[in-house]
Amino acid sequence: MILQVNDITKTFGGLVALEEISFGVHKGSIKALIGPNGAGKTTLLNIISGIYPPDKGAVSFNDRSINGLSPSIIAGMGISRTFQHVELFANMTVLENIMVGRHVRTKAGLLSCGFRLPSARSEERAIRTFSEEILHYIGLSHRRDEKASSLPIGEERILEIGRALATEPTLLLLDEPASGLNEVETIELSILIKRLRDEKALTIILVEHDMRLVMDISDEIVVLDFGKKIAEGAPAEIQNNKLVIDAYLGEDDL
Amino acid sequence: MQITNRRIFLAFFTLVLVFPFFLEGSYALSIATFAGINSLIAIGLCILMGYAGQVSLGQAGFYGIGAYVSAILSINFGLPVVLSFFMAAAASAISAVVLAIPALRLKGHYLAVATLGFGEIIYVIINEWGPGGPSGFGDIPKFNLFGYVFNTPLSYYFLIWITLMLVMAFSINLINSRFGRALRSMHDSEIASNAMGVDVPTLKIKVFVLSAVYAAFGGAFYAHYVTFISPSSFSLFQSVLVLMMVVVGGITSLWGAIAGAIIITLLPEILREFKEYDILVYGLILISSLLFFNKGLVPIIIERLKKGYKGT
Repeated sequence: MILQVNDITKTFGGLVALEEISFGVHKGSIKALIGPNGAGKTTLLNIISGIYPPDKGAVSFNDRSINGLSPSIIAGMGISRTFQHVELFANMTVLENIMVGRHVRTKAGLLSCGFRLPSARSEERAIRTFSEEILHYIGLSHRRDEKASSLPIGEERILEIGRALATEPTLLLLDEPASGLNEVETIELSILIKRLRDEKALTIILVEHDMRLVMDISDEIVVLDFGKKIAEGAPAEIQNNKLVIDAYLGEDDL
Repeated sequence: MQITNRRIFLAFFTLVLVFPFFLEGSYALSIATFAGINSLIAIGLCILMGYAGQVSLGQAGFYGIGAYVSAILSINFGLPVVLSFFMAAAASAISAVVLAIPALRLKGHYLAVATLGFGEIIYVIINEWGPGGPSGFGDIPKFNLFGYVFNTPLSYYFLIWITLMLVMAFSINLINSRFGRALRSMHDSEIASNAMGVDVPTLKIKVFVLSAVYAAFGGAFYAHYVTFISPSSFSLFQSVLVLMMVVVGGITSLWGAIAGAIIITLLPEILREFKEYDILVYGLILISSLLFFNKGLVPIIIERLKKGYKGT
């Protein structure tokens, strides 16, 4: 298990967003997190990436507790993510967006950057080379010098993945990466996600509403409903699970 | 520095070096010197606001700390001026940290008000407890280095503008580096910047300190140039002026900060005919530049030039 979520509870005011959620993620697997809107999926990603701490319970990554660590430290440990509402650096170019992803793996400070010391210069070259390789890998080299805000949504989502890859994560959290994509783009995305697992040996947690994508690429699925875990298992098991079907279709009002 | 930046830089530097020889009289030279001092503060605010996206209406506070600390240390403690300069910058940096830790949790208008309050506090302190109180004090030694005293307007002009060019080179390098990218990313999306490993709270403090140090150097240069300072030079109005420089010149351009500083420094000379109505014209310029050139002068000129290239 690369990631272990133990008894996580999170409330906002009186609202219980997550209630005693536990599951583990196997190294090198794709784990999907599904559930109706408001089930607490994004909240869980925000807790894993350190945006806010859980009220109860613990998250451990590579057998180390990461509770209460700041997002930047967690990024340094090897967890990176994308966002449900695209959070690109809109006024920076496509390449620069990826270069920011290198921040956590580089160290030139204010003075060595300002004086352009040799160490900062060679680091800058390395950042550029690495970022261009990522850009090539995700297939956005032709957009290199365009502003991120000028990209169509499909490429925005790919660029967010590229930016996350630049941090050299071992665990990647994808928050609804297919939302807003058309069918062709969704297929391209699913190919990319599988390549990340198979070529880069990444572990991926995928929050997604597109069931075809989820069933196609996930190794395991966790289903949340109103902050509770109602099922966990392989795609085939989940598809036939009575509780899951009820959660999605509603039980009484049909 | 990138190639284009290097070219602009060399062209501007040449201009700076030959410019005084076309000027007549020491008055014009002193205006140019003030423009240089203001540019220094404006560059700092430009990095803080235009790149890092943090608002400050308190730059006059740091400017005042720079002037007062350096002047007092060199007069009362007999410190060499160069040393008092760096002590002034350190004092300003420390006060920036003290201000930044609580204030940078705030955003937008709230941050603006907090920094404005800081500026006012510094003003009150130097007004009440500063030497000479509201009427200020004089006999501040001229800037000197290795026994050479910069006591002619021409030497001080070169001192300021060559320092400014060095600061400019430093700032351009900074913006086009890992550090600068982190600043800009924080401006666009704090949450994503943080998730990419940028320690946003610490970065905010650092950039605040940087702008405070620039302003403090500006203040120290000012004090050791005019040799007489009083609190009125460090009031809220000065903070607003610096803000105007940055906005008029173009908030996302370091060159814009210099352009804005030159324009705003020259303005009172041009507006002399309007006498007491000059404040009205100031307001008109600020409002119209926000309405019609909200990107600022320099970015608009660059855009035009690019369009021109494509057109032909």
